[in-house]
Amino acid sequence: MNDLLLLSPEIIIAVTAFLVLTLDIIWKGDRRSAVILPWVTVAGAVAALLAVVYIWPAASDTYGIATDTGNFVPMLALDRLAIFFKILAVLTVALVGLSAVDFIAQRSPFRGEFYVFTLLAGLSLMLLSAATNLVMIYLSLEFLSISSYVMTAYLRRDDRSVEAAIKYLLYGAVASGVMLYGFSLLYGATGSVDLATIARRIGESQVSLTFVVSAVVMILSGFGFKIALVPFHQWSPDAYEGAPTPVTAFLSVGPKAAGFAVLIRVLVVALPEYSVNWTAILSLVSILTMTVGNLVALWQTNIKRMLAYSSIAQAGYMLIGLAAWSAEPGGWAGNGISGILLFLFAYMFTNLGIFAVAIALENQLGTANIDDYAGLIRRSPYLSIALIIFFLSLIGIPPTGGFMGKLFVFGAAIDRGLYILAGIGILNSVISVYYYFGVVRRAFFVEAEDDTPIRVSPALNLVVTVTMIMTLLIALYGQPFINLANSSAQILAAAF
Amino acid sequence: MINQVPVSYYLLLGAILFSIGAGGVLIRRNAIVILMCVEMMMNAVNLTFIAFSRYLDSATGQIFVFMVMAVAAVEVAIGLALLVELNRHKQTVNIDEINSLKG
Repeated sequence: MNDLLLLSPEIIIAVTAFLVLTLDIIWKGDRRSAVILPWVTVAGAVAALLAVVYIWPAASDTYGIATDTGNFVPMLALDRLAIFFKILAVLTVALVGLSAVDFIAQRSPFRGEFYVFTLLAGLSLMLLSAATNLVMIYLSLEFLSISSYVMTAYLRRDDRSVEAAIKYLLYGAVASGVMLYGFSLLYGATGSVDLATIARRIGESQVSLTFVVSAVVMILSGFGFKIALVPFHQWSPDAYEGAPTPVTAFLSVGPKAAGFAVLIRVLVVALPEYSVNWTAILSLVSILTMTVGNLVALWQTNIKRMLAYSSIAQAGYMLIGLAAWSAEPGGWAGNGISGILLFLFAYMFTNLGIFAVAIALENQLGTANIDDYAGLIRRSPYLSIALIIFFLSLIGIPPTGGFMGKLFVFGAAIDRGLYILAGIGILNSVISVYYYFGVVRRAFFVEAEDDTPIRVSPALNLVVTVTMIMTLLIALYGQPFINLANSSAQILAAAF
Repeated sequence: MINQVPVSYYLLLGAILFSIGAGGVLIRRNAIVILMCVEMMMNAVNLTFIAFSRYLDSATGQIFVFMVMAVAAVEVAIGLALLVELNRHKQTVNIDEINSLKG
């Protein structure tokens, strides 16, 4: 297959971004920019999704730059892992774009640019999850960060939006500086910036262990920041609360997924050869992340802030899969890692669905307090039912996608004998019932002060319906999704 | 004949600069100074990259430095734009006074 064709999902997204930007300039101040541009964005995302399906059979190789001297510099991998995350990125762009339609039109005079940044952030997710070279990892990570900062500050007349963006930027800049220092040490120790070459040099064991271990720890702190693992999570509640709600939805899914993609790729390289006890380190971080996330979420009064802590806890559960895999890295990489992929897939639909419900309420009420959900069953029965399904999925109760994700991740941990880790994970899921069902309790059993029905726009309705169906489908007809996750994880094991 | 400076000196200087930058980020309260400290961390990284690049006789490290410089410039541009906007809202760039989001 032609090389350019293999890059078609990225090219389609980039072209759509610039098309939206151009149309926005042509239709300046026009109603059309608010009505048509979101659908152009969705059309671009759907076209990119078709392109991803088209290139799926060709996946398995590395692509890069061939120099004049005949050297080949690998930059992007086109393995199934990368393709899996491309699917995730494209779906996130489409769903976030749709849920933003009314929110942005009501609040900002600049309508088209929001979709440009959403598309570009999606492009950076695709590049980051495919990067096999430290230069490429750094560039796409910064691409993602910078688009996220701008999106967070999108409502610049709003104090909180700007404050959130500044906090995000300051934390992010420091984290990327530390990560970069790790990159420079890794480069110095191995003499290469290509992940596969680094793995080989480390395997030949002529490199300094102290250098590599300190480098990997610094790099992990950079990725940990993107995923919002404890103790690198402090930015996330503030950024999530202050950012425009559709952006919060994006931040809770996109950077987390891409962070896991790059974390998996780098750990697969650094892990196997090392005497360092990665399982202990990853388990500790995982336990801290889910416990802190869940405990602090208990007394939140703002739904966005609560979901921020909830998403920190969810990242903790996902990390269990990586810890489980690291306990037996030589074996089938599928077990723990395919669990993470399935978990991420379900988590994406669930979280975007919850945020769509939150956006629907915020569009009408102007606030995002948990108390606003009182009496939701009278005001909008459909949203209430959707809310229950999404929260069941976040807790991990069947028949929802979240249950399948947790089943595979915790199952991998038990399979590798990490009983304490799995136990703490299950205990944390029990704690999370309290705050998730706090919202459901208000929606069903507390009287509303005001019984006005909630009007939901067609675009938001579509998002809620699609995410709800997918959340249920992953559990009720799970085999295709399990196969997808398994084959994405298997190719990874073969690649190195 | 001048003796060559060993690579470890450059690495040490890089590490010291990085620590000063990181310390500045933790201690200083002015957001603009914090951005400057982040720049210092980036430049410490650049120095480390160039030292290794010279030592290993490979050009990759130098290419990396160009990328880092470009990205650092973009990051500062966004950061300063945000600080201008913040100053409009609150008439301050002191990060201790930016505290409407907490909990």
